[in-house]
Amino acid sequence: MMDSSFFFGISTIAYFLAMVTYITYLGFKKKQIGLVATAITITGFVSQTIALVLRWKEFYAIEKSFLRAVPLTNLYESLIFFVWCLILAYLVIEFKYKNRSFGAFITPVAGLALAFIDLSGMSKSIEPLVPALQSNWLLAHVMMSFISYSMFGISFSTGLMYLIVRTEKRNEPAYIFWTVMLSIFIIVLAAMGLDFLTFKVGGQSQQQFLKSYLFKATFRNSSGFVESASWVVSAFFIFLVWRYGGIMKKVIKGFNISAEILDEITYKLIAIGFPIFTLGGLIFGALWANQAWGKYWSWDPKETWSLITWFLYAFYLHSRLMRGWRGKKVAMVAVIGFVAVIFTYLGVNLLLSGLHSYGSQ
Amino acid sequence: MEKAKNKTITDRIWGLFASIKFAVVIFSLIALTSIVGTVIEQNADPAKNLKILAKFVGKSGAPAAYSVLDKLGFMDMYHSWWFVTFLLLFAANLIICSLDRIPRIWKIVREPIRPLSPEHVARMSIRSTFTVKAKPAHVKDIATKAFRKIGFRPSESSSESGVQLYAEKGNFTRLGVYITHSSILVILVGAIIGVAFGFNGYLALQEGKMSPFAYQSSDKRIPLGFDVRCDKFEAQFYGDTDMPKSYKSWLSIWKNGVEVAKKTIVVNDPLTYNGITFYQASFGTVEDNLENGIVMLRLVAKDGKSQDFNTRLGGSFTIPDSGIEGRITNFSPALTVDRSGKPFTYNQNMVNPAIFVEFSAPGGKHYSGWIFKRFPQTWDLPDGSKVEFLDYWGVQYTGLQVRKDPGQGIVYVGCFILAFGLFVSFFMSHRRIWMNIVEEKGGTKILIGASAHRNRAAFEKKIEKLAAALGSGQKGE
Repeated sequence: MMDSSFFFGISTIAYFLAMVTYITYLGFKKKQIGLVATAITITGFVSQTIALVLRWKEFYAIEKSFLRAVPLTNLYESLIFFVWCLILAYLVIEFKYKNRSFGAFITPVAGLALAFIDLSGMSKSIEPLVPALQSNWLLAHVMMSFISYSMFGISFSTGLMYLIVRTEKRNEPAYIFWTVMLSIFIIVLAAMGLDFLTFKVGGQSQQQFLKSYLFKATFRNSSGFVESASWVVSAFFIFLVWRYGGIMKKVIKGFNISAEILDEITYKLIAIGFPIFTLGGLIFGALWANQAWGKYWSWDPKETWSLITWFLYAFYLHSRLMRGWRGKKVAMVAVIGFVAVIFTYLGVNLLLSGLHSYGSQ
Repeated sequence: MEKAKNKTITDRIWGLFASIKFAVVIFSLIALTSIVGTVIEQNADPAKNLKILAKFVGKSGAPAAYSVLDKLGFMDMYHSWWFVTFLLLFAANLIICSLDRIPRIWKIVREPIRPLSPEHVARMSIRSTFTVKAKPAHVKDIATKAFRKIGFRPSESSSESGVQLYAEKGNFTRLGVYITHSSILVILVGAIIGVAFGFNGYLALQEGKMSPFAYQSSDKRIPLGFDVRCDKFEAQFYGDTDMPKSYKSWLSIWKNGVEVAKKTIVVNDPLTYNGITFYQASFGTVEDNLENGIVMLRLVAKDGKSQDFNTRLGGSFTIPDSGIEGRITNFSPALTVDRSGKPFTYNQNMVNPAIFVEFSAPGGKHYSGWIFKRFPQTWDLPDGSKVEFLDYWGVQYTGLQVRKDPGQGIVYVGCFILAFGLFVSFFMSHRRIWMNIVEEKGGTKILIGASAHRNRAAFEKKIEKLAAALGSGQKGE
């Protein structure tokens, strides 16, 4: 059947194919291969767009309001939209900077995320809106938040790449910073992957999965042995990344992207993402909160964390524009900024409680 | 060195507040303490936070950690004196660092663009030189038009070396940062006004009841200046599920015994009267009031004739033209059946209300059963008549958030200025162009110098367009 999940499937496959092609392109540096990679990515993007529109239509049949039928009301839908924004932003960068090297990084992230969403057994059903979400602010607030998140996401990876390229010695703070950050990022993803796998095997209930099973396969395992082994393996992994980080540098240097361009892309993305985040995330969020909860700001964990995120990116912009800080210091701020974004988006829902609990369903 | 020594204390404080370092310290203090505030649930039951703390310091350490954090104000930290101080320091930092820099920026904004020497023009960040075969006067005419075409109105100055056209746009955009900064101050002022002159209260209002007050806490009540009445409350659900579709309160405002306003409010659509706003926040059942509630029924006879009938728990009714008598003997706010088919109440809120009715029909027949408000299939009786359970009125209360915030308008204005300021700061720039037109043998030499204090790449394209209009491509020099 040609429903939304059919097209999501096509996109998943397309993104993986695109990854293979981008990597081949990096290996052979043939223009034709690059064009094919771009074409495949665009195919995946178009297919995902169709899927989103279809889902919007399916939802519209229930909600009867265009603005409120936006497919962004649970974790499943928001992750898919995040991937969509990521690919869109990537394609814009590819055309603007005429550089395909990031493709090998972004497409696997997109493909993995979509596959992950599909395999995890996250609730895909379209559910009607609970009273608090029945507002026309839904579209603007959630959509703009995710657009800015995806820009911050790419600035995170370009910032990290910048640090990888620019650091020399193993005892340099910036080097330690990026190796630890990258390894923690990979460890968390791997641990969550293991959670999903054991969850699939165990077949527990789906709804409460994320909240109750996060890291249960590893760091929060009931067996003390598995728990301590997870910590040891993680520490060892961080050590390995730290010890052999130089290899990453060689790989990225082979991409033909100068450190200056990485710095510029990081800045540009934040300079566009920050106003969108301020307007859509904070201001529209406040206006909506005032209408729904009778308070434009209530220091709810999600609000507080988005304020922290906002502070971090404001700091990034000020230190770059005012102090003329360039390079490693600001790149580290950009990386930390996205860690705050992830916590605002997922961490708050998974670990803390508050008014904004829609995303965890 | 001398100068540094002569600094007065005011200068030093000023310097401290204007520094980025100070801003970073304040940013970090606000951010780090806020993180603690998101982990510890604010204004929550102590037991809840003890449980949270136990995860960090263990069960035995939790009470001690709790009492320390409690004394420091972390249980309601966003209203603690020290957090408010951080916010005020942040505001002071914003004001002083802006005031510190504004005079310099203001000078650039106010001072009109002036002609520049050729050496200066040649050193601008965007530049282009070329020669065309035309008379300078002709070139000047074309150039003036080309300036207009890209949206600039050039001024002109002549010297012995030739003519210079120069123009600027968007000089005020340099103030974007300060517009943004001031908007944050406006928002803070609005918030302070809201806290000082407004209130935030709660009101649980039973169906049919009226209140001249809202409550800030159980012992602090705030007079509203009018009466608010809850005419009815209803929670609606999607289909057969318990997924809430809407929470509706029918509210009316009364003054001196006269109804002056009414509105059906739902979440996201409050009622405002006299600057006081009522938001749908929660609901519940007044359990000790069940016997006073009114059971509203519609009795439908076999031939379709219907009659509305109100009674109470324990009350009786007769279905017209049938001689069937019913007596309501039990009520459940939310009824379901367990696996063995035994009915039980699963929620104290009126999520799925049902009444138990014992019938006695002519001929000595007796039967009984549960009649659900949400399930019409339970309304039919064996002989074809129907008992529709419309409502059980007067036992639910609506939980209203009651708020007066005279600072809200100011906060909204601040938000608008913030959006505007950000737009100006990130998407606009101060752009300047100088163009020297100098006669040479057999042609005219054109020298363009331009600058944009932001988004230079976009402006470079415009300058290319300007140069192309003058024929820069014809003679590649």
